Amino acid sequence: MVTHSARRIVVIGNGMVGARFAEEVARRDPEGERVRLTVVGAEDEPAYNRVLLPGVLAGRFGPGDIRLPVPESPAVEVRTGTAAVELDPVGRRVLLDDGTALDYDEAVLATGAGAAFPPIPGLAAADGAPEDGVTALRDLADCRRLGALARPGGPVVVLGGGVLGLEAARALAERGMRVSLVESSPWIMRRQIDRPAAEILAGHYTRLGVAVHSWRVASRWIPGTGLELDDGRVLAGDALVVTAGVKARTGLAAGAGIAVEHGVLVDDGLATSDPRVHAIGDCAQHSGGGAGLVQPGWEQAAVLADRLTGACPEARYSGARPVTRLKAEGIELASMGEAEADGTAETVTIADPHGGRYAKLSVRGERIAGAVLLGFPDPASEIARMYEQRAPVPADRLALLTGRPAPASDQGAAAADPTVCRCNGVSRADLESAWLDGARTRPDIAAATRATTGCGGCTRDVDALLAGWNGASPLPAG
Amino acid sequence: MSAATHCPYCALQCAMFVEAGPEGAPATRPAAFPTNRGGLCRKGWTAAELLASPQRLTRPLVRAERTAEFTETDWDGALDRVAAKLAGLRAEHGPDAVAVFGSGGLTNEKSYLLGKFARLALGTSQIDYNGRFCMSSAAAAGTRAFGIDRGLPFPLPDLASAEVVLLAGANPAETMPPMMGHLAAPRLIVVDPRSTATAEQAVAGGGLHLAPRPGTDAALALGLLHAARAQHLLDEEYIAARTSGFEAAWAHAAGFWPERAEQVTGVAAHRIREAARLLGTARGAYVLTGRGSEQHATGTETASAWINLALALGLPGREGSGYGCITGQGNGQGGREHGQKADQLPGYRRIDDAAARGHVAGVWGVDPAELPGPGRSAFELLDALGTDAGPRALLVLGSNPAVSAPDAGRVRNRLSALDLLVVCDFVMSETAAMADVVLPVAQWAEEAGTMTNLEGRLLRRRAVLEPPEGVRTDLEVLSALARRLGQPAGRFPADPDAVLAELGRASAGGGADYAGVTPERLEAGEELFWPVADARATTPRMFLEGFAHPDGRARFAAVGYRGAAEGVDADFPLLATTGRVMGHYQSGAQTRRIAELAGAEPEAFVEVHPDTGARVGLGEGDWARVVSRRGATLARVRHRAEARTDTVFVPFHFGGDQAANNLTNPALDPFSRMPEFKVSAVRLEKADPADPAEPVPPGAAAAGG
Repeated sequence: MVTHSARRIVVIGNGMVGARFAEEVARRDPEGERVRLTVVGAEDEPAYNRVLLPGVLAGRFGPGDIRLPVPESPAVEVRTGTAAVELDPVGRRVLLDDGTALDYDEAVLATGAGAAFPPIPGLAAADGAPEDGVTALRDLADCRRLGALARPGGPVVVLGGGVLGLEAARALAERGMRVSLVESSPWIMRRQIDRPAAEILAGHYTRLGVAVHSWRVASRWIPGTGLELDDGRVLAGDALVVTAGVKARTGLAAGAGIAVEHGVLVDDGLATSDPRVHAIGDCAQHSGGGAGLVQPGWEQAAVLADRLTGACPEARYSGARPVTRLKAEGIELASMGEAEADGTAETVTIADPHGGRYAKLSVRGERIAGAVLLGFPDPASEIARMYEQRAPVPADRLALLTGRPAPASDQGAAAADPTVCRCNGVSRADLESAWLDGARTRPDIAAATRATTGCGGCTRDVDALLAGWNGASPLPAG
Repeated sequence: MSAATHCPYCALQCAMFVEAGPEGAPATRPAAFPTNRGGLCRKGWTAAELLASPQRLTRPLVRAERTAEFTETDWDGALDRVAAKLAGLRAEHGPDAVAVFGSGGLTNEKSYLLGKFARLALGTSQIDYNGRFCMSSAAAAGTRAFGIDRGLPFPLPDLASAEVVLLAGANPAETMPPMMGHLAAPRLIVVDPRSTATAEQAVAGGGLHLAPRPGTDAALALGLLHAARAQHLLDEEYIAARTSGFEAAWAHAAGFWPERAEQVTGVAAHRIREAARLLGTARGAYVLTGRGSEQHATGTETASAWINLALALGLPGREGSGYGCITGQGNGQGGREHGQKADQLPGYRRIDDAAARGHVAGVWGVDPAELPGPGRSAFELLDALGTDAGPRALLVLGSNPAVSAPDAGRVRNRLSALDLLVVCDFVMSETAAMADVVLPVAQWAEEAGTMTNLEGRLLRRRAVLEPPEGVRTDLEVLSALARRLGQPAGRFPADPDAVLAELGRASAGGGADYAGVTPERLEAGEELFWPVADARATTPRMFLEGFAHPDGRARFAAVGYRGAAEGVDADFPLLATTGRVMGHYQSGAQTRRIAELAGAEPEAFVEVHPDTGARVGLGEGDWARVVSRRGATLARVRHRAEARTDTVFVPFHFGGDQAANNLTNPALDPFSRMPEFKVSAVRLEKADPADPAEPVPPGAAAAGG
């Protein structure tokens, strides 16, 4: 039953974080007793999982396969294909592009971020629309546009060697495109990894058929031909995918007089400079960071849902300890914290360019200051956990990376008389004394010691011991 | 003396002979049977010791007040006293003032008669049982998905022909070793935070061990579904033809791409992909769950997430593949079917279903309106004892909640607040030691009845020995109490075969239909798997034609990941998870009294990574105090280099200061009312062995640092 006293919340943005917020609210207030929620989204389609767009590119998923769960609540209404055009914080009202308006008690900005195109000739028209052959990779419409532009076997250029660019390049290569990738920084994933790691990573991409051009600036896009670089080379391309950075969508907030820097400024309660207006996800700017990755946005959604439903009014978002995990088939890369920690940290580095592997672990005060792990998938998850939780690292740093603990010293006693049959607690010495008492066959041994009568896993070991003892001392004749 | 029967302990119910041993005392020996294949673990081998133990109880014990010593009395005196007190409390405070706590260790006949006793002789709705702490999450999820819950809806030997078996939160190498004989050929994928004996066997056999952070199994299951779909391994035809609800379930899994599942669970993304590939490409695969995945405040959703994975791969309802949960207690299957559950009537019927009430009331010869409605679930029942709104008397059969209930310290306080605590047991368990009246009852080898094993297979338990003088069977106790409470003669028979015949009628037409089960069929060696609707029926494999929902389809559940009920912080930086060791069973009341088993594992231990131990100065063999937000337990440190550095393990077989459940969190699953046994936030401290009982008052944590 939706009551009239329920608080009216308007969520602007039906992306990953806006939709997640609605889900978190519905979970805390399933009957809509406390909160009535309206989500408006500019895109025509139901909310979907933007993180999986490279998977759609690669053909692993259809567009319908990446939809987000729809909150099961009578008090949540989602309006797709509807954009907010103005936020009126005095009248507490959101004006929509269909001419209607929504009154709110609390407004939540979840408008995300849009692609930022670098000022390179030929990329975008004066109104900001991409030119022929050019697309960002932020939404399903971009995916469809790219699908129409590029064909398997054809050339595609990716501009921007950050996480999204690398994931897109890998997905396009998987689809059979010939991919070139251009990065203006000295190395790819400049913000997440150090140079030696980037060089090994570039090697992986080269082997996968992606030509990596680092520290190269594009000079112009020539539709139908390709991307011209500052050294005059032209990289052939039917399409240009621009993944060269994003810009928070802050227009509504700025227009409403709400404090904005490169994102909408929020405090630990995720309130903006207007206490009735909140911001979460990529459009928000929190002193603890976290924009650009989905996990912090989802944490913010949970915190704000706790606060606005009253489930936990004192919930706080204290910032993120983001771990970057490249989603590229066949490449295992994780990075976190400082990729190039200074001398106050102790650093363990393993570089194996031939094997395509690289690990760097920086520790300060027994805590992980940063790590870059390429081709070390098993320790990566454990190291990420220690980083996120600020947990102390084990004394054996190398073992943490290689996954091979130094042999424990306290197992000497057990080794002297190993247990053969776990199910019945029968040791080698027990078996030997049974043999000395005349048990020469497995049934004899089982009758005397019960070994082999549980899970049966020690049968081979018992047979081997018996064969050895019987062989060394054959049954007396007669 | 030599007769074939079944082991008294776990749900594998290994077949064994009980016969005179070398010194004349009863002894056990394994028997050939499809489930245990002639094997026994050391618990089975030593099971007979307690039959002749000087520690067993043979005289009713009573005392005037809790602080007094027990005195022996005769049966009439003890039963008169119990009946008078129960009747008095009921008259004064209403029927719900008296409560009953049963067990998944009781025979089908006892489970049935206990439920009937509560509803008719006591007229109370307040009955539940320790199976709520075992099987309730898997049962809720299985019922939701398939329309009925039979732990393994296929015979155990079917597993051997599979290529891959995934075991989620199950450690049969330790908990039911002879089962491993069926798992020798398949590649195993073991999901367990610990490097268990089963996990080691998986790795040695070319399989996988996935070690998620405790409480994150659902995220792993969602990640596996995601990875399977991304690799185009789903059985789309099966999903279309035999299931409903896939899209809504998938929408949750879509958010668990392997790298995200890795971040939540700690299981490396490439392992998730590999496990999905192994499962999805196997010719014959099974997904099996155990308590490790199920004993959570999100246990039902977690079990549902595993079932979703199995359904998406097209496994259930086909010969040679499937989903199952591995039932734990000896009669954990039968015990959850015949009415000792708060919300249930015999035949797996719901007590709030008018047709079910009408049927059962008809068999019982009463007006359906006389049957009480649903009562409190196990922890809620225990937590209400002795409170203003709660029961004032409790009758306990086959259970030891002072050790086995979550937040055991709190439960012990509630037990202490009762006006009357009556415990039927054959040893002085920790719960019996708190009672006003202790009734000495017969053991497994001294009574007949039926058990339903983990496959839903009916087994005949035989009376090999006479009970010692002064000992009565549980059925005799219920029968005698019912008569004293004014029930008509014959309504509560003490003869197990008479009870079975009535159970058959009461269950007829229900989900777990025992109508065609007879002692004669079992004695003749027929393999009876329920439903057994008539004299010829048996159902080794369920769902081959269709699932038990009206439309014949299995249902995906739209479940996500909610996480554990409590998290770590600076005061409680580690997670404790609980479980079993080979040599002990449940609360240990039986196995701690068997010399060989007590000798092998005499005391509680805490398994911990050497670094984690070293950080608080705990070396191998030191005594540690494990402290949670609820209480503390003492345990001897065992270093294990393979352990997760954020997780410690404590076995739950020990009592008092060493009870693991002093730590555990009674946060309940909203669907199954299962407590969160498997995740508690804890810290480790050095304990002084000279003064091991230093109390840790609740809330002292922050002040004490």
